[in-house]
Amino acid sequence: MPAVSKGDGMRGLAVFISDIRNCKSKEAEIKRINKELANIRSKFKGDKALDGYSKKKYVCKLLFIFLLGHDIDFGHMEAVNLLSSNKYTEKQIGYLFISVLVNSNSELIRLINNAIKNDLSSRNPTFMCLALHCIANVGSREMAEAFASEIPRILVAGDTMDSVKQSAALCLLRLYKTSPDLVLMGEWTSRVVHLLNDQHMGVVTAAISLITCLSQKNPDEFKTCVSLAVSRLSRIVSSASTDLQDYTYYFVPAPWLSCKLLRLLQCYPPPEDGAVKGRLVECLETILNKAQEPPKSKKVQHSNAKNAILFEAISLIIHYDSEPNLLVRACNQLGQFLQHRETNLRYLALESMCTLASSEFSHEAVKTHIETVINALKTERDVSVRQRAADLLYAMCDRSNAKQIVAEMLSYLETADYSIREEMVLKVAILAEKYAVDYSWYVDTILNLIRIAGDYVSEEVWYRVIQIVINRDDVQGYAAKTVFEALQAPACHENMVKVGGYILGEFGNLIAGDPRSSPLVQFNLLHSKFHLCSVPTRALLLSAYIKFINLFPETKATIQEVLRCDSQIRNSDVELQQRAVEYLKLSSIASTDVLATVLEEMPPFPERESSILAKLKKKKGPGAVSVTELEDSKREGGELNGGGDRGPDTAAMAASNASTPSPSADLLGIRSAAPVGAAPASAGSLLVDVFSEAGPIAPSAAVNDDGFLRFVCKNNGVLFENQLLQIGIKSEYRQNLGRMYLFYGNKTSVQFASFTTTVSCPGELQSHILSMHLCTKPVEPLVEGGAQIQQVLNIECLTDFSDAPLLNIKFRYGGALQNLTLKLPVTINKFFQPTEMTSSDFFQRWKQLSQPQQEAQKIFKANHSMDTEVLKAKLLGLGTALLDNVDPNPENYVCAGVIQTKGQQVGCLLRLEPNAQAQMYRLTLRCSKDSVSRRLCELLAEQF
Amino acid sequence: MIKAILIFNNHGKPRLSKFYEHYNEDTEQQIIRETFHLVSKRDENVCNFLEGGMLIGGSDYKLIYRHYATLYFVFCVDSSESELGILDLIQVKVFVETLDKCFENVCELDLIFHVDKVHNILAEMVMGGMVLETNMNEIITQVDAQNKMEKSEAGIAGAPARAVSAVKNMNLPEMPRNINIGDISIKVPNLPSFK
Repeated sequence: MPAVSKGDGMRGLAVFISDIRNCKSKEAEIKRINKELANIRSKFKGDKALDGYSKKKYVCKLLFIFLLGHDIDFGHMEAVNLLSSNKYTEKQIGYLFISVLVNSNSELIRLINNAIKNDLSSRNPTFMCLALHCIANVGSREMAEAFASEIPRILVAGDTMDSVKQSAALCLLRLYKTSPDLVLMGEWTSRVVHLLNDQHMGVVTAAISLITCLSQKNPDEFKTCVSLAVSRLSRIVSSASTDLQDYTYYFVPAPWLSCKLLRLLQCYPPPEDGAVKGRLVECLETILNKAQEPPKSKKVQHSNAKNAILFEAISLIIHYDSEPNLLVRACNQLGQFLQHRETNLRYLALESMCTLASSEFSHEAVKTHIETVINALKTERDVSVRQRAADLLYAMCDRSNAKQIVAEMLSYLETADYSIREEMVLKVAILAEKYAVDYSWYVDTILNLIRIAGDYVSEEVWYRVIQIVINRDDVQGYAAKTVFEALQAPACHENMVKVGGYILGEFGNLIAGDPRSSPLVQFNLLHSKFHLCSVPTRALLLSAYIKFINLFPETKATIQEVLRCDSQIRNSDVELQQRAVEYLKLSSIASTDVLATVLEEMPPFPERESSILAKLKKKKGPGAVSVTELEDSKREGGELNGGGDRGPDTAAMAASNASTPSPSADLLGIRSAAPVGAAPASAGSLLVDVFSEAGPIAPSAAVNDDGFLRFVCKNNGVLFENQLLQIGIKSEYRQNLGRMYLFYGNKTSVQFASFTTTVSCPGELQSHILSMHLCTKPVEPLVEGGAQIQQVLNIECLTDFSDAPLLNIKFRYGGALQNLTLKLPVTINKFFQPTEMTSSDFFQRWKQLSQPQQEAQKIFKANHSMDTEVLKAKLLGLGTALLDNVDPNPENYVCAGVIQTKGQQVGCLLRLEPNAQAQMYRLTLRCSKDSVSRRLCELLAEQF
Repeated sequence: MIKAILIFNNHGKPRLSKFYEHYNEDTEQQIIRETFHLVSKRDENVCNFLEGGMLIGGSDYKLIYRHYATLYFVFCVDSSESELGILDLIQVKVFVETLDKCFENVCELDLIFHVDKVHNILAEMVMGGMVLETNMNEIITQVDAQNKMEKSEAGIAGAPARAVSAVKNMNLPEMPRNINIGDISIKVPNLPSFK
């Protein structure tokens, strides 16, 4: 018998639905609906009590109307009344209405809560389930307040029915997600974890979602779930396909639960207990083996269920990243799937391989599949799969295969779906830059990119190629030659004109020797594109022209002619008109010397994070670009930018447009310092006026904290250095006081003007945490070339803190405003007093600090040599006492110290366990104050 | 976590929408439209996963869908769910097979005319965005129990109302006036003789 007999349907409802379906127009439908709403309203308002059947019918009608996208603004009160009925049908309809139509802010919540309370205490399992469902569906704060303490009790009570337990588990999860502060697990923790052992698989299924969520938030409290999960998993995996009866699904025992167990294990590092770990590895191997067995059924459901488990197992293997053998097997398995005929499997295999590519053990193994992946990119019919293939190519790219991958991506771009082109362009640009060995290849690649997908090349991409060309002498000639050739194409993209204009304006002289690209030819080529371009590009071209006058005096007459013509000098666009007028004037009255100064070649760009990467991150959402990748590119970006902290941009190319920042002024991604040098007074009053306003104030540049972490374990050294400036630090700390000497060295032969430094404490650091007294007179405003000036900073630690103070330095170098913000390496550990103690003292105190929040732990890969002496030096530099003969394992290090703040003293114990074989560390900190544990753990994890 | 479960037909008419996170009505309708737009333009035989629309949270969320005859079943989930697991969940384990069992070869009309039942079945399977039960028989048992309760209540309380409406709807002329029972011969089964 079917569970719902069709004859039972409500006739009135059926008629109404048929009416709606027969409506010929939207208007007719709305009319019919309004009629019905009026009818229902009058029935609800009417004084005759409605029977359960009618109530149910009307509520179903409302639900249907709601589903069609109409607002329902009445009936809530009636629904709430239904809740207190003792008939199942009425109660159930009431709850249904509420869970679909009542939002969490409703004023009715109080009434609803009352009804729920009654049902929860009714001991009728059906009613209890209805009530729990309602809480889980609405999940408001008020509900959490009312029931957060009640539900764990229901969940773990011995006499609760299984179906109620299931609902209670998920209900609690929902409340925990909306109001974690109200759900206190404390006393229930262990009993909840033991639900993993429950006999009823449904209870385990529901409980595991709860436990997974709680473990993510409080890993330490729920640590015991690991061994339970492993043994449950092992029982499922090793069971015969018939053992689990109803939970066996197409010959696969409990696939859903297996997946969830594997997910839960991904919240934790590999189990420490050898036996547990062994059992788990065995499970994982069994799962991998089963994948190779012939299928027990031809049905797609069978393979889906089996592979769902397999993919979760592979995720876990990748998460552990410590079993080379399993990693390689996982990679081979995924490799098989790459060529599977099921599209879903190819999709998932590409996705998993993406994460596998970042593991050092399997990176090489992933690379062997490059041909298959490229093939997928070319031949897959499904854009989602192609997208994954592109992602994987991006992830597996390294120096050895960059050229091949970039070439493939470029050729794919020509036919790529519009939806993924922009992202592809960004990826190509990043890979080309990151793995460029010779920069002519880089320039070729980007120009190709502009040629193929010019519309999708965002500003960041062409800014970046210009930054790189400017900063690399060796590629400038080649770049000039290549853009010149590219511009010869009859139709070329506007972005190409921009790059061409900029590069020829700077480096056109490098190819001017060849009569085929003589100055005049170059100019005519650029100018032939001029009329087809948008205003910002034309503005850029005008700036290129004035640069031409400086580079090639012989073009002066021609260019002046162009500038003088009405379409320029009377252009309706203010920006263009101003440029034309000013450039014309500049070229006619300034002497060649002045021109040469004003229009000098652009100085190198400062080192910075690639704006392209930032863009990709923004596009893909946070977390999409891994941190290592980011740091990689920072390093590499640094190499090719070669430092230098001048901040000129397109606007600076033109000496005169500082007063009206042009749209293209944003070459650096931030509007940092603008104008070129203070032109000599003779350069024309116009310019002097412009610059006498001190130029636009540059907003502070991105904070540079490269140096910051290097000073956690040391007090003296060079904090920052670029082509212009070197900043050295010497510091000493005693109790809660510190003194820091800052040395600013001018590395150039030109004086820095208006040199100012300011120290600021972001956020609450200022008022509550740390007081910093700048004790010296402000530094001299002038720093002569080659000179060094000194500044003293007094520091007092009031209470513990996490942020670092910022040092902002502003000065003018050759007229360009330089703006630099650094994190000052004042960290909490500077206020350590070492404490010597015996082994027994140490362990006694260790045990005293046993509250979970007092401990902070981190497991991380070694970034530096694991040499004993180096480690010891670092730990001593930290400021703590390094205790010998305390830890039973001589490989480990333990330290103790007291952090002195004005208000209190914070005792800290540290234990560092190196694992030379895995090149990993485990760092554990226990401090009497939990914020200190966390902060120290963060700081130290970067040091080893 | 499952963020939303949507069922709509080939023309984008919603047949079931269940959101496990709160949106206002307008946004819900927009999400349904956007999802339909994303899903319906895909060919058959492509994969069953795609990135979510912007309204539902973009690339952090996946749409996992199945197309059965006239209906699309779409689950919008975050990265904590196994894609194939959810696919099974839609396909069989639960949703479609359970509906099938409950309605005997479910079709679009069943979903239209029994919104409440579909919601009830769904509630036995997913609660607050998490999977409650994957065992089809267990789900059907629960649904059966509910139906029984419904019937029994209809038996007592619903009887008067039903009777009234039944009388009203009676088409008297077609009522048989004479009820001819005919020959009723009651056969007594052979009982085993006691020894």
